[in-house]
Amino acid sequence: MARPGSVTQAPAEASVANGPLVAAEAVQKYFPLRRGLFARAAPGEYLRGVDGVSFALPRGSSLGIAGESGCGKTTLARLLLRLITPTAGRILFDGVDLSALDGPALLAFRRRAQLMVQNPYEAINPRFTMEQALAEPLVIHGIGTREDRLDRVIAALAQVNLRPADAFLDKYPHQLSGGQLQRVGLARALMVDPIFLVADEPVSMLDVSVRAGVLNLMKAIARARHLTTVYISHDLSLVRYVCETTMIMYLGTVAEIGPTDAVLASPKHPYTQLLLAAAPVPDPGRPLPEITAPEQVPTPIGPGIGCPFQDRCPQVMPVCRTVPPPLVVVGPKQQAACHLYGPH
Amino acid sequence: MAILALEDLRVEYRTARGTSAAVDGVTLEVREGEVLGLVGESGCGKTTLGRAIIRVLPRNARIAGGRIVFDGVDLAALPEAEMNRYRWRSIAMVPQAAMDSLDPVYRLGDQFNEVLMVTGALSRTDARRRSLDLCDLVGLDRRRLGSYPHELSGGMKQRAAIALALALRPRLLLADEPVTALDVVVQHRILKRLRALAAELSLSVILVTHDISVVAQTCDRMAVMYAGKIAEAGPTPDVFARPRHPYTMGLENSFPNLLRPQETLIPIEGVPPDLLHPPPGCRFAPRCPFAIDRCLGESPALRELEPGRWAACHRAEEAGALRIQSQEAERWRVPVP
Repeated sequence: MARPGSVTQAPAEASVANGPLVAAEAVQKYFPLRRGLFARAAPGEYLRGVDGVSFALPRGSSLGIAGESGCGKTTLARLLLRLITPTAGRILFDGVDLSALDGPALLAFRRRAQLMVQNPYEAINPRFTMEQALAEPLVIHGIGTREDRLDRVIAALAQVNLRPADAFLDKYPHQLSGGQLQRVGLARALMVDPIFLVADEPVSMLDVSVRAGVLNLMKAIARARHLTTVYISHDLSLVRYVCETTMIMYLGTVAEIGPTDAVLASPKHPYTQLLLAAAPVPDPGRPLPEITAPEQVPTPIGPGIGCPFQDRCPQVMPVCRTVPPPLVVVGPKQQAACHLYGPH
Repeated sequence: MAILALEDLRVEYRTARGTSAAVDGVTLEVREGEVLGLVGESGCGKTTLGRAIIRVLPRNARIAGGRIVFDGVDLAALPEAEMNRYRWRSIAMVPQAAMDSLDPVYRLGDQFNEVLMVTGALSRTDARRRSLDLCDLVGLDRRRLGSYPHELSGGMKQRAAIALALALRPRLLLADEPVTALDVVVQHRILKRLRALAAELSLSVILVTHDISVVAQTCDRMAVMYAGKIAEAGPTPDVFARPRHPYTMGLENSFPNLLRPQETLIPIEGVPPDLLHPPPGCRFAPRCPFAIDRCLGESPALRELEPGRWAACHRAEEAGALRIQSQEAERWRVPVP
C-alpha cells in the first residue's frame, strides 16, 4: 500500500473539462523478484519500481521527470500510457481510471495518448518506408481513405520540417540521419492527433547540434496543439528547456516537484541539490565542484525503511532511518519529500 | 613538453562503396600531464583517431599518411611486434563502453592478475600488491577484486576498466567516452578522479567525448573535430570564450547551460558530409552561415593563429565579428539541400 503521507496533492476530481488531464494517485508498481531461473517469487520480495507517486497534470502542461537510471521514470511513463498497470493506486486519464479500460475504450485511449522513444532506429520498422511508417497508425485506428492518408503523411512530414516532404516518402530508416528519423518519430506519434504525449529520452541518442532542432520542434508543436506532455530525461538542462514543471524521482518515489525554475534555482531536497552540483555545465570557468555525499549505489530491493535517500544523504538525521518523509510544501507550488522541512 | 605529436595524420577506411578518410590531415600535440579533450559528433573521426594512435584499428582501416610521434618515435612506422611494446605499457586505452569489456566469467582480481603477471611480468605477490594500489588509485573498494563484473555497478566497472588501463603505468591514456551512459553523480566522480590521476602520475590523457560540458570542466586543452578534420584547437577557456571556427560557435549555441538564464537553443541545420564524397572546399561549408565562395572551392588549412591557438577556417581573422552574428538564430537557417 502507499506509504503514509505520500499523497499530498489533491486527488483529481472527475470533472472532465477543467480537471487535470492526467492524475496519478499513490501509484505503485512492484515487480516480483525471482530467486533462480525456475523459482517462484518469494513472498514479500519485490523490486519497488514506482512506490507511491502522486501528481496531477493540467491540460496543456509539460512535466519533466528526471532522475538516475533505475529511479522508476521509465516505469512511470509506461504506467501513464497503460502499457503496464499499477500494483496499487490509480491513474486517471480525463477522469477515467486507466486500469478499467478495455476493448474500444482502450483503443480510444491509445489514440489520445502517444509515446516517443529514445532510439528511433528501434522504433521504426527498418523495412517500412517513411510513408508506410507514418500511415500505419492511421491504418490501425481506421482513419481516412488511402488518398487521405497520403495527404496526412505529407502534412506530418512538413510539420516536422522534413521538406520537401515528397522526397522523404520512399526513404527507409537507414537513409535518414538520427535527427531526421527522430523527427519522423515525433510525426508518427502525432499522426492520430493525440492530446497526451510521453517522450522518453527523445534526444539522448542525437548529436548535440541537432538536439536543439528536435527540442524546439517539440516545444512549438506542443504549444500549437495544446498538448499535455511528459518528458523523461536524465539531463536537467534539457528538462529545464522543455518543461514548466519538474519532478525529481529517487528509487520510485518523488523527491521533489515544482515549477522548473524554482526546483532548479532553489532545490530543497538534498538529492536535487546533489544532481545539480554534479550536472556538467559547458563553462570552463567552473571547475568540477566538490561533492560530499557518500558513495552508495541505490537499490530498489529490500525492506525500504525510512527515507530512500538516507544512505547517500549528507544531511541524514535519525528520523530519516525510520520514517519515510512525506512530500511537504517548501515553496510556491514546490514540494519536497525531506524531513529537513517538516512535517509542520 | 609534448609527449605525443600527430603530424598530418590520415586514416582511411576501405568500404564496398570506396575509400573514405575518417581522419584527414590531423596535426595535434599532447603535452605531459595534461588532459586533452577531443570533441565532436558521431562520425567525426574522434574514435578512429584515438584508435590510430595505439594502432588498434578495424581490419578495413589503415594509417594512410602522416606521423604519430610518441616520445620521439614514429609509431606509424613501427613494425607490429615493436608496436606491441608500447601498447598498455606506454599508451593504454579505456575503450568505448569499457565497462562492458570486462570478462564476465572471471573475478576482477583475476583480470588484474592476468594483465600484471602476463603482460607486466610481475610475480603473484607483486601483482596482488599492485592490484590493491590500483583500486585505491581509481577509488574502487579493494574488496571488489573478489567480485564478478555483474556484481558491480556501472560506475565501479568503469573504475575497474580505468584501473586495468593504468596497470602497467602508461604515460598516455586514451579514454573514449569514459563517462557516457553513467549517471551524473558517478560521471562527476570519475572525471574528478581522472583529473587527479593526470596530476598525481603526470599522466597525459586524451579524453574523447561528444559532450562539450565534459570537456569544459575536465580538459586543459581541447580540439574540436568535424568530418575527419580538426576545426579548431587551443586552451579550453579560450576556445569556449573566443571560438574561431563557426562550427564551435554553432556547438555552443546548441548546448544548454544550467548556470545561465534560459536561452533559445539554436541548432546547426543539415548533416555532416558523406566522407566517401566530401565537398571540395571546407567540409563545414554546406552548414555554415558564414561560408563565402572561397569556402566552397578551397579546403581551409589548419593554421596557428596565435601561439597554441589553431583553427581551420578561411575567415578565422574575422572570428570576433562572426561570433556576434552567430548568436542570431536567423543566420543558422541555411537552406539544406
